[in-house]
Amino acid sequence: MPPVRRSALGPEMTATETRPRALEEQFESLDAQHDARKLGMWIFLATEVMFFGGLFMTYTIYRELYLPGFEQGSHLLEVRWGALNTGVLILSSLTMALAVRSAQVAARRFITIGLLGITMLLGTAFLAIKFLLEWRHDYAQHLVPGINFAYAGPYAAHVQLFFCFYFFMTALHALHLIIGIGILAVLAFLTWRGRFSDQYYSPLEVAALYWHFVDIVWIFLFPLLYLIGGR
Amino acid sequence: MSVDVAELSSRSRVHYLNESYGVKSWLLTTDHKRIALLYLVSITFMFLVGAAAAALMRIQLLEPNGAIVQPETYNKLFSIHGIIMVFFFLIPSIPAVLGNFLVPMMIGARDVAFPKLNLLSWYIYVVGSLFTLYCVIFGGVDTGWTFYTPFSSTYSNTHVLAAALGIFITGFSSILTGLNFIVTIHRMRAPGMTWFRLPLFIWSIYATSVIFVLGTPVLAITLVLLTLERVLHVGIFDPALGGDPLLFQDLFWFYSHPAVYIMVLPAMGVVSELVAAYSRKRIYGYSFVAFSSLSIAFISFLVWGHHMFVSGQSIYAGLVFSFMSFLVAIPSAIKVFNWTATLYKGSISYDAPMLYALGFIGLFTMGGLTGLFLASLATDVHLNGTYFIVAHFHYIMVGGAVMGFMGGIHFWWPKITGRLYPDKWARLAALIIFAGFNLTFFPQFMLGYLGMPRRYAVYPAQFQVLNVMSTAGATILGIGYMIPLIYLIWSIRYGPAAGPNPWRAKGLEWQTPSPPPKENFDETPIVTEEAYAYATSPPERPRA
Amino acid sequence: MNGVAIRASAHLLSAALFPLRPPVASTIARSVDHLYFALTGVTLLFTFLIFAFIFYFMIKYRRRSEDEIPQEVKTSTALEITWTLIPTLICAGLFIWASSLYFKDSRPPIGSTEIFVVGKQWMWQLQHPEGPREIDQLHVPVGVPIKLTMTSQDVIHDFYIPAFRIKKDVLPGRYSSIWFQATKVGEYNFYCAQYCGAEHSAMLGKVFVMRQSDYAKWLAEQSNGVSMAQAGERLFAQLGCATCHAAPTGGKYPGLAGVYGHPVKLSDGRTVVADDAYIRNAIANPGSDLMAGYAPSMPSFQGQINEEQLLDLIAYIKSLGAQESQATAQ
Repeated sequence: MPPVRRSALGPEMTATETRPRALEEQFESLDAQHDARKLGMWIFLATEVMFFGGLFMTYTIYRELYLPGFEQGSHLLEVRWGALNTGVLILSSLTMALAVRSAQVAARRFITIGLLGITMLLGTAFLAIKFLLEWRHDYAQHLVPGINFAYAGPYAAHVQLFFCFYFFMTALHALHLIIGIGILAVLAFLTWRGRFSDQYYSPLEVAALYWHFVDIVWIFLFPLLYLIGGR
Repeated sequence: MSVDVAELSSRSRVHYLNESYGVKSWLLTTDHKRIALLYLVSITFMFLVGAAAAALMRIQLLEPNGAIVQPETYNKLFSIHGIIMVFFFLIPSIPAVLGNFLVPMMIGARDVAFPKLNLLSWYIYVVGSLFTLYCVIFGGVDTGWTFYTPFSSTYSNTHVLAAALGIFITGFSSILTGLNFIVTIHRMRAPGMTWFRLPLFIWSIYATSVIFVLGTPVLAITLVLLTLERVLHVGIFDPALGGDPLLFQDLFWFYSHPAVYIMVLPAMGVVSELVAAYSRKRIYGYSFVAFSSLSIAFISFLVWGHHMFVSGQSIYAGLVFSFMSFLVAIPSAIKVFNWTATLYKGSISYDAPMLYALGFIGLFTMGGLTGLFLASLATDVHLNGTYFIVAHFHYIMVGGAVMGFMGGIHFWWPKITGRLYPDKWARLAALIIFAGFNLTFFPQFMLGYLGMPRRYAVYPAQFQVLNVMSTAGATILGIGYMIPLIYLIWSIRYGPAAGPNPWRAKGLEWQTPSPPPKENFDETPIVTEEAYAYATSPPERPRA
Repeated sequence: MNGVAIRASAHLLSAALFPLRPPVASTIARSVDHLYFALTGVTLLFTFLIFAFIFYFMIKYRRRSEDEIPQEVKTSTALEITWTLIPTLICAGLFIWASSLYFKDSRPPIGSTEIFVVGKQWMWQLQHPEGPREIDQLHVPVGVPIKLTMTSQDVIHDFYIPAFRIKKDVLPGRYSSIWFQATKVGEYNFYCAQYCGAEHSAMLGKVFVMRQSDYAKWLAEQSNGVSMAQAGERLFAQLGCATCHAAPTGGKYPGLAGVYGHPVKLSDGRTVVADDAYIRNAIANPGSDLMAGYAPSMPSFQGQINEEQLLDLIAYIKSLGAQESQATAQ
C-alpha cells in the first residue's frame, strides 16, 4: 500500500479552467484563500489586543495608584469632543460594514467606493477633531509632557503622567486609524479598477475586521481616559 | 514507491536554488525555502557577533582582577551577548530557518499562507539587527538584555534607545512569522493530513507560534514605555518620579519567560523528528508529546514571577509562581520519557543528527531539573542572581536549543542543499561540542552555589579555578562550532549529491527531490497514514 | 564510613582546588542546604537514569542491518500516567518543602536587632541604631537575630550573604528587609547581586560575626555618642520640621508622637499602619497617602535629603512614640 497517493490534478481545476487572477499560487481555491486571510487578520487582531492590553494594564495600575491626579487630568479633557468622536467612529464602522455588504451582493461599484469614501471621511473627521481641536487645545493649555507641560494645580506630577498616557494611547490609536484610512484608500482604488466581485471581496472583509477593531479600541479608550471620577 | 526524480543530478534538474539566478531573485523571493536560507545567513552572522562577545567575556574571567577589559566594557559585552543571542539568534533560529523551510513541506503545501509577509518578516529582522549593530559599533549598551529600571531609564549613558528600538522592530518579524505559521498549519494541510497525523515538529512550531503571537506584543509595548520614560522622564518606571520599577520587571518578564519556551519548543520538535528517524520508529506517546507542547506554551504565560522571587514581590505571589513553575516542568518531563521510550526496540543509528538529539535529551533533562532549584522558593533566594542561573539557562539554551538547531541543520541539510556532509567530521564535532559545553557550564553551577554573582567583570580569587575550567570548556566549545561551519560550507560545493531520502525517513519532505522544486510537490500529496509509519510502510533504500 | 570518606575527600578537594560549599553560618543555612542536596539528588538521579537508558537502548538496539525495520510498540497509557504522576508527586513534595521553609523564614523574630542598609552606586552603607556607621562592612553579634532594613539611593541593588543563604533586592524609593541569625563567629563575604552599572562587581564587603561581648565592645568603641535617633532629632530641627510638627501642633498639622507603628486613617478612606515606608513616603512624597483631616500643604524633601538621613529621621520619629509612652507611664 503506497504511503501517499497523488492526485492527478488539484481540486477545483479542470483541464480547461484557468485559475482566477486573484487566487495566489499557494492556495487551492478562492475559498481557501479567503478563509486563510480572515484567520490571519483575526490573529493579527489578537496581537493588537495584547499590544494595547499591555498599555491599558500599565495605565490602569497608575490610575489606581494616583487616582486624584488622574481624575484631575481627566477633567481637563473635553468630554464633548471625545463623545463626538465616539459617535463618528461607530458610524464609520456602520458604513464600513455596508461597504463590505455592497460588494457581497455585487452592488454597483460606485456604491462600494462611496461607502468606503464615507468611512474614510469619518475617520479623517475623527483625526481632525482629535488633532486640530483637542490636541491644539491641550497644547494651548500647556498640557503636553516633554514639550510644554506646565500645570499649577496639586498632583502636578501625576497629571503629567496622565497626559503622558493620554497622548501616547490616543496617538497610537490615531496611528492605527491613519493606517486604516490608507488601506481603505487603496481598496477604493482597487474597487474602481474592478478587482472585486461577489466571488472575491476578501480584502474588503479583512480590512473591515481591522477597522472594527480600531473602533473598539476607541470605545475602551474613551471611558478610560475621559470619564474617570464621574462627570 | 516514491517519485522517480532521485536519479537526476541536482545540476541538471530545476529546483528552488537554480530556478532563477541573481541578487534580485533572492532579495525579492517569496519562496519560503529561499527565505529560510536568507534567515540562515543573517542569524549565523549575528551568532558570530554574539559569540565573539562571549569569547571576550570568558577570556576576561580567566583572571580574578579581569584579564583584558575594563568593567564598563565587560558590562557592554554581556549586554550585547544577551541581546543578540536571545533576540537575534535563539528566538528566530529554528522557527525562521527550519520552520520556514519545512512547515509547508511537512504538511504538503506549496508555500506558507502569506509568502510576501514572510519576506517582509525577514526584512524587518534585518532592519532590527542593523539598529543593534549600530549600537554595538558606536559604543554599546550596558543595561543587560533585561533592561531593568531605573538603571536603563535614568542612569545608563549608553545606546539604550538604539538597542530597544532594534529589539522592538525585530519583534514584529517574530509576530508575523508566528501568524504565518498558525494560518498555514490551520488552513493549508494536504488532504488526509489531519491534526494527529502531523509531524511533531509541526505541533512544536504551532505552540511556539502561539507564544510569538500573544507574548511578543507585550515586549513591544514595554520597550516603547521604556523609551518614553527615557526620553520624557515622567515616572513610568523611575521611583524617584513616582514610577514602579517592579512594574517594568513584571511587563518585561511577561514576555521574556514565554520567550524561553519559544527557544526550546522548536528544538524539542526537531528532537522528535530526529529520534523517530534514527530509531526508525514512531514516537512513543505521540499525542502525549503533542499535548505537552501545547501545555508548555499555555503554562509558560503563568510563571513569569519566578524571576522576581527576591525582587520585593509579595510572598504570596511567590507561592503561586513557584507552584506554576513546578507545574510547567511536568510536560517537559513527559517528552523526555517518551523520547527515551521511543528508543526501546528501535533500530538506532549513530549519525550526527542523532548524537545531537540524544545530547539534547540528556542536557535538557539536567538543565530542566536545575530549574527546580530555582522554582523552589527557599533555594532560589540563595541562587538567584548567581552563576547558577547562568548555568541553568545555558544548559537549556545551548545544551538544548542550539544542539537541537545543529541536529536539525544536519538532518535536513541534504534536503536543503542536495549535498551530504562528511559524516565522521560531523560526529566528531558533535562529541567535541558536547564535551566542551559541559566543561564550560557545569563549573558554573558550582560557582553559583558558592555565591559568585553573575554579571561580574572581576571576582574574588577563590572563584578562579572554576572560572578557568569554564573558559577552557568555552574554547573547546568554540572549536566544536567552527568545525561544522567549515564542512557544511565545504559540502555545498564538494559534498556528494544526496538523493531525496538519504536517511530513509518518513515525512512528506522526504518524498520530494533534494533540493526540492520551487512548488515543493509536483502534485498535491494525499496523506493516508499516520506520522512516522515506519512499521507499515518503511521508506526504500536510496539508490546508489 | 563512606560518609567520612566523602567528607574527607571534599575537604581535600577544597584545600587543593576550590571549596565545594559556602560556609554554613546562619540558622537557616543548614536547612536550605538540605533542600539543595535533595534537589541535587533528584537531578543527578534522573539525569543518570535518562543517560543510562539512552546508552543502554543505543547499544542494545543499535542498527544491525541496513534494511532492519523495528516492529511497532504500542503506547501504554498506564506507563504514560505513571511517569506523569511520579514527577508530579516529586514536584509537589519539593514545592511543599521549599515553600514551608521559605514561609517559616520569611518573618524576622520579634525583638530582632534592626540594622539599616543603604546601597548606592557602588558601595554599601550600614547604620547601627546606636550610631556607628560602616562602609562595605557589617559587624554583628553571633546568635542574635538581625533584621536588615534596606533601601537604595539610586538603582536596584541586591544584598547577598552566601554564607547565610539570604538575598534580597534593594530598591530605590522603598524599604525591603531580610533577617538572619549568625551561628558561627568569622568573616563572610557579601555581594551586590543585581547588576547596577559600572562597578557592580566591586560592590562587595565583609560581615564580621563577633562574640556578643566583643560586639558590645566594638559598638562602644565605634560610637561617637550620637545614635540614629539623635542624628534624626538634629535633622528634624535643621530642616524646619519642628516648625509644623513640634508638639503642640494645634490641630493644623499631624503630631508625630506615638504615630509610628500605629494605624493611620487616610484621606481616601483607607487605613494603613505608619511603618518605615509610610513615614519615608510622607517626607519624600507628601500628599500621596494624605492623612485624613489635613490639607496637602507639606513640601516635599525629595532630593534635599539622602536615604541615610531619611532613616535617621524615621529612627527619631520612632523614638517619639517610645518617649510618649514612657511619659504616660510615669
